Amino acid sequence: MLGWGVDRLRADMSRLLAILFHQGVLDEQFLQLQQLQDESSPNFVSEVVNIYFHESEKLLRNLRGLLMDREFSDYKKMGIHLNQFMGSSSSIGANRVRNVCVAFRAASEQNNRAGCLRALELLEHEYCYLKSKLHELFQMEQQRVLAAGVRYPLQQQH
Amino acid sequence: MSTNCKFSGSNGTSQESFKLRKSKELLHGPNSARKWRRKFLFLWFLGVAVTLGSIWFLSNFHSGALGSKGQSLDSCEGGASVLLHHFNVSKNQLHALGSLFSDSDQIASLECTKEPAPEMLINDGIACALKVPCSKKQEFQQHIGWVAEDLRPNGKCLVQDENEFRKLDQSILNESVSFVSQSTISSMSQDCGKTREVDCSEDNCKILSFDLVKECWWVLVGVIVSSILLGYHVKFWGKHLQKLVQLEPVPQQQQQMLQMNQQPLFQSPPRGAGKWRKKLLIIFVMLGVLVSIWLFWHLNQKIITRREETLANMCDERARMLQDQFNVSMNHVHALAILVSTFHHGKNPSAIDQKTFGEYTKRTDFERPLTSGVAYALKVPHLERKQFEKQHGWTIKKMETEDQTLVQDCIPDKLDPAPIQDEYAPVILSQETVSHIVSIDMMSGKEDRENILRARASGKGVLTSPFKLLKSNHLGVVLTFAVYSADLPLDATPEQRIEATVGYLGASYDVPSLVEKLLHQLSSKQTIVVNVYDTTNASAPVLMYGTDVTDTGLLHISGLDFGDPLRKHEMHCRFKHKPPLPWTAINASVGVLVITLLVGHIFHAAISRIAKVEEDYREMMVLKARAEAADVAKSQFLATVSHEIRTPMNGVLGMLQMLMETDLDVNQMDYAKTAHSSGKDLIALINEVLDQAKIESGRLELEDVPFDLRAVLDNVLSLFSGKSNEKEIELAVYVSDRLPEVVIGDPGRFRQIITNLVGNSMKFTRDKGHVFVSVHLADEVRSPLDVKDAVLKQGLEFVQDTSRKVYDTLSGFPVVNRWKSWEQFKKLSCIDTKDEPEMIRLLVTVEDTGVGIPEDAQTRIFTPFVQADSSTSREYGGTGIGLSISKCLVDLMGGEIGFVSERGIGSTFSFTASFRKGESTSLDKKWQLYDTAVSKIRGGRALVIDKSSVRAEVTRYHLQRLGITADIEPSLKSACFYLSSGDYPSVPADLRMVLIDKDAWDKESGISFYHLLKMPKKNGGTDIRVDLSKIFLLATAISSDDRSELKTSGLVDNVLMKPLRLSVLITCFQEAFGNGKKSEVNRKKPPTVQNLLRGKQILVVDDNLVNRRVAEGALKKYGAIVTCVESGKASLEKLKPPHGFDACFMDFQMPEMDGFEATRRIRSMERQCNEQIASGEASMEMFGNVEYWHTPILAMTADVIQATNEECLKCGMDDYVSKPFEEEQLYNAVARFLSLVDRVDWHTRSCLHLFSQLADPCILVDPKCIWLANWQQASAMRSWKEWLMPRFSYLSTSGNF
Repeated sequence: MLGWGVDRLRADMSRLLAILFHQGVLDEQFLQLQQLQDESSPNFVSEVVNIYFHESEKLLRNLRGLLMDREFSDYKKMGIHLNQFMGSSSSIGANRVRNVCVAFRAASEQNNRAGCLRALELLEHEYCYLKSKLHELFQMEQQRVLAAGVRYPLQQQH
Repeated sequence: MSTNCKFSGSNGTSQESFKLRKSKELLHGPNSARKWRRKFLFLWFLGVAVTLGSIWFLSNFHSGALGSKGQSLDSCEGGASVLLHHFNVSKNQLHALGSLFSDSDQIASLECTKEPAPEMLINDGIACALKVPCSKKQEFQQHIGWVAEDLRPNGKCLVQDENEFRKLDQSILNESVSFVSQSTISSMSQDCGKTREVDCSEDNCKILSFDLVKECWWVLVGVIVSSILLGYHVKFWGKHLQKLVQLEPVPQQQQQMLQMNQQPLFQSPPRGAGKWRKKLLIIFVMLGVLVSIWLFWHLNQKIITRREETLANMCDERARMLQDQFNVSMNHVHALAILVSTFHHGKNPSAIDQKTFGEYTKRTDFERPLTSGVAYALKVPHLERKQFEKQHGWTIKKMETEDQTLVQDCIPDKLDPAPIQDEYAPVILSQETVSHIVSIDMMSGKEDRENILRARASGKGVLTSPFKLLKSNHLGVVLTFAVYSADLPLDATPEQRIEATVGYLGASYDVPSLVEKLLHQLSSKQTIVVNVYDTTNASAPVLMYGTDVTDTGLLHISGLDFGDPLRKHEMHCRFKHKPPLPWTAINASVGVLVITLLVGHIFHAAISRIAKVEEDYREMMVLKARAEAADVAKSQFLATVSHEIRTPMNGVLGMLQMLMETDLDVNQMDYAKTAHSSGKDLIALINEVLDQAKIESGRLELEDVPFDLRAVLDNVLSLFSGKSNEKEIELAVYVSDRLPEVVIGDPGRFRQIITNLVGNSMKFTRDKGHVFVSVHLADEVRSPLDVKDAVLKQGLEFVQDTSRKVYDTLSGFPVVNRWKSWEQFKKLSCIDTKDEPEMIRLLVTVEDTGVGIPEDAQTRIFTPFVQADSSTSREYGGTGIGLSISKCLVDLMGGEIGFVSERGIGSTFSFTASFRKGESTSLDKKWQLYDTAVSKIRGGRALVIDKSSVRAEVTRYHLQRLGITADIEPSLKSACFYLSSGDYPSVPADLRMVLIDKDAWDKESGISFYHLLKMPKKNGGTDIRVDLSKIFLLATAISSDDRSELKTSGLVDNVLMKPLRLSVLITCFQEAFGNGKKSEVNRKKPPTVQNLLRGKQILVVDDNLVNRRVAEGALKKYGAIVTCVESGKASLEKLKPPHGFDACFMDFQMPEMDGFEATRRIRSMERQCNEQIASGEASMEMFGNVEYWHTPILAMTADVIQATNEECLKCGMDDYVSKPFEEEQLYNAVARFLSLVDRVDWHTRSCLHLFSQLADPCILVDPKCIWLANWQQASAMRSWKEWLMPRFSYLSTSGNF
């Protein structure tokens, strides 16, 4: 039963990852990230991703605050935020978020406020999607680890 | 006129010279304006032509004025004739007097002369010189004394005419009497006055014409000045344009900015100028039209005025003449009246009877040509009628009719006697022509009566109104003078006059004939029509002469005074013809108009041309800007796309690398390998594209570093060795021994060119063919006759001898004539070595036996992305960019590239490149020292057995590099002969090795040769240690079975795999001659990143938490001890010497202090430390016992753009890694900086060995190893960065292989 559960979870995870890759939400960088996870750092991916979520939410808040300001003109600051967002997104392999960031940055470089707002909405959407999907993934991972932990402790990795 | 001409001429030349100067100036203008300038020149020519034309026109006009002068000359003639006429009149008067003298005595005649003073208008006095008979002489003198006195003061003024006149008089007047008339000074002056008048009219004409000339000149000057102004303006504008043009060649980057700024600037002024020019032109044309209209009006006015003046002159002149003549006649009649009074009434008995009168009047008739006759009527009161009638024997008769004519054909006898009246005026004396009126009472005719009454009251001649003369049917008038009995005072009252009247003298005048005669005397009578009117009754003027003519416009009226105050006469003059069209004015104005319009048209054309050129220029600028923008965009696109591709490709490659490390079965491994190599190819291609873009944008700069040419070539060979073995292609390199060891240039680019060419040749060469790279000095091939180099000679011999079946080439296949490939090089022939002795020019040829290039494709072989034909890429792959890059690089190196190709035979590419000679001390001949085995065989002798002489030469070349002299034998048999012959007894002594090509090898002769070589002891008994001689087999491709078989048989010591290169030789010799060291060298597993990084202290600097974490994770995975900081400032703290970090990974996009700035500061800190250590200020202990501080700093970047890369290096970073870490790249980057012991290259283990012994190995095959070796040297030099900087691009380009 449990073994079956492990297999099913693994299959589900693979399927979900495949979908995410197919949709372009994630790219191979995420795989690299996963490869970095080993016995010495068993929760490396989720740790990094959580940091990412934390940072990103802060950045998104800042961006929204900047854009909502009526006398908004600090595109430079926004650019710095976006660069950070972009850097961290590409680090974890959040491809679509990164792409939206690129568009956002282009809009901010042109001082195109309407474009910025649109991009921000899109970015938030993408981010939420990514977050929910990754949460789903991590939940499955956790379940899997729990399930696997019963029979093969710390053996299934890589 | 002549001065005029000269003036115009000089003017013309000055204009010409001016124009010449101008055209010279114009020549310096920019090319774009040249056409326009030509037009301008043409315009000037036209202007000059027009000027000359107008001058010609004016001169014509002047001659027209001369014509009018001729006309005035006519009038002058007329004047002269008038003068003559007057003179004649006076003369006639005298003549008449003369005839009178013949009849009467002197006293009376003298009186007579006194009286008719008015008659002699011209002469002040008359001198009568009388030649009287001697008897009367004294008496005469008494009378005439005053005359003589008068004569004296005037005597000097006697003129020729007078003399002639005297003669004439003498002939006429017989010998008794002679007259001398003389013109007094006043008369002379009078004449002169007349002549002056004539001159004046002439002058008028001149002035008029001169005025016109002046005006025309002004107009012309105006035209010229305006055109000059326009020309200057245009020139100024041209300069402006030129300035704009000069602004063009600014550097590309600035250009765009400049254009952006300039576009609105330069667009506005010319447009404004264009409008201004158009306005000016319109004003100019309008002005021209106005001037032409004004000119026409002015000239026309002048012509009309002149016509009027002419008419007035002529009319007045005619009137005056008529008046004069009439007066002359009248005077004569007056004189006749006085004559009658003197001789008829003053004498008793009368001296004149009808016969005398008749005779006298008949003889003086010539004097009154206009009078048809004269008659004298006596005043007879009624009281005396009877007595008078009785005395004369006839009755006084009355005129038959009341009309005014002098009835001629009537017979007086038939006429009725005059009715009784107060007084009568019967005619008593008459000229014979009118003798029929004798006895007719003149008082009975109404007109005559009035006349008579007026005449006697006024004492002057009076005229009747015109009436028809019967005889001639002409209009005529009757002139009547009263004859008084006594000399009346001037102020006598009419009553006194009537009282004193004794008779009346009448004369009839024929007016038409009078006028006719007068007009006859004048020329140009045909031009005008003259009418004479009697205007006594102003309302109804009576036409006395002339016909009613049509009105021709102009009319001039001159008054006529015939001496009768009651009668008024007028002369009306008209031109016969209507005035002709004023051609002068029309021509002049039309000329000016045409000139104006022409000039206007030309300028308009010029202006529109300018506008067009401006428009074109603007368009061009826009297009240029667009093209440049497109070019920049293209380059950017290429760079961006290349990088965009490179980043994922690195990912792909990394993944594949990882994949290959996992457990794969053979098939999977094969696929993965294929994918990996394809990826590498793609990366190489992208790098090529980047190179191309870089070259095109001119950003590629060549290095200037010393390098070993031969080592570079060996490098290239080793690159292709695998492939050549695979395809069994003979690959060889040969460098002429005239080349120095070390040259200074860009080794990376040189290598790239050769790699490209060799790669190309390899691609197209069939199996078992050959690719041969040879390098010579360009000087060597300058004269084919004295070529010493064996390889070059082979090329020549091949040309001369084509009949052979087997060719003496590397592979035995035929090749094309390499000499042709550099035939067209220009710089080959020019001798620049004399100018720059340190420069050398290399000639590199790459010869292959490939498929050859089709004729039609040969022209475009160097164009980017073009291959011989599209099928080529299908068959052989490739993009065709390599040759284009090679050409660019060769150009950059100051050389030329060329080729010769033949289908089915092969191609030979040649290129030249300039390098400087390097000092051979630094890099020279080091490898001989680092191995005892090699140094042992140095200076030895080798035997090369090869069928192909060229191949043998190549082998010899390589052996020579190791200091081994080689002898060549074509076959084993000849080698046996060579060994056994006694010619060279010493040969075997130092014969260290025999190299046999596989082609020359066969087992049987090989065995015999072996025995010959190994057992000379037994044969010769000499003490030679021949066992030292080793036999090597040279092979292109050999199966491992054959190889092991050969080795085990002991026939050969080793098999050398071609292509031959130094490292291969050294390794081989080491094995053969060394002390078995080879067994100790174990083939190590390739080191991985784990090996490199394990235990290393690494600092990661990144502001992004996620990135930091990822980097940390990645590096930790490879076993490194990672410390993270989040800002540049923190990194400064951490990296302040002394510290324990082995390397630092730094993000460069950080707030506050970015990676570049942080690196710069770290480097400056390190520099300080190093200086302190070097100068001894601080001991090494203070800085952690490190002699030289240089922490490797690697940039982490997400987008690897070349520019960023360069920036990294500029600020002191050592390398960069793209941000998702990829194992091989990470390894590459890190390996350079971490301790050297671990960095053993797995595929050049011999190099490692050499390297460990040497401070400066630079012949190592793998670029990484070269880099490492040099790095070691550089760190010893303590100027690591200085050394690294120029080499880095080399590394980055060579890193692709």
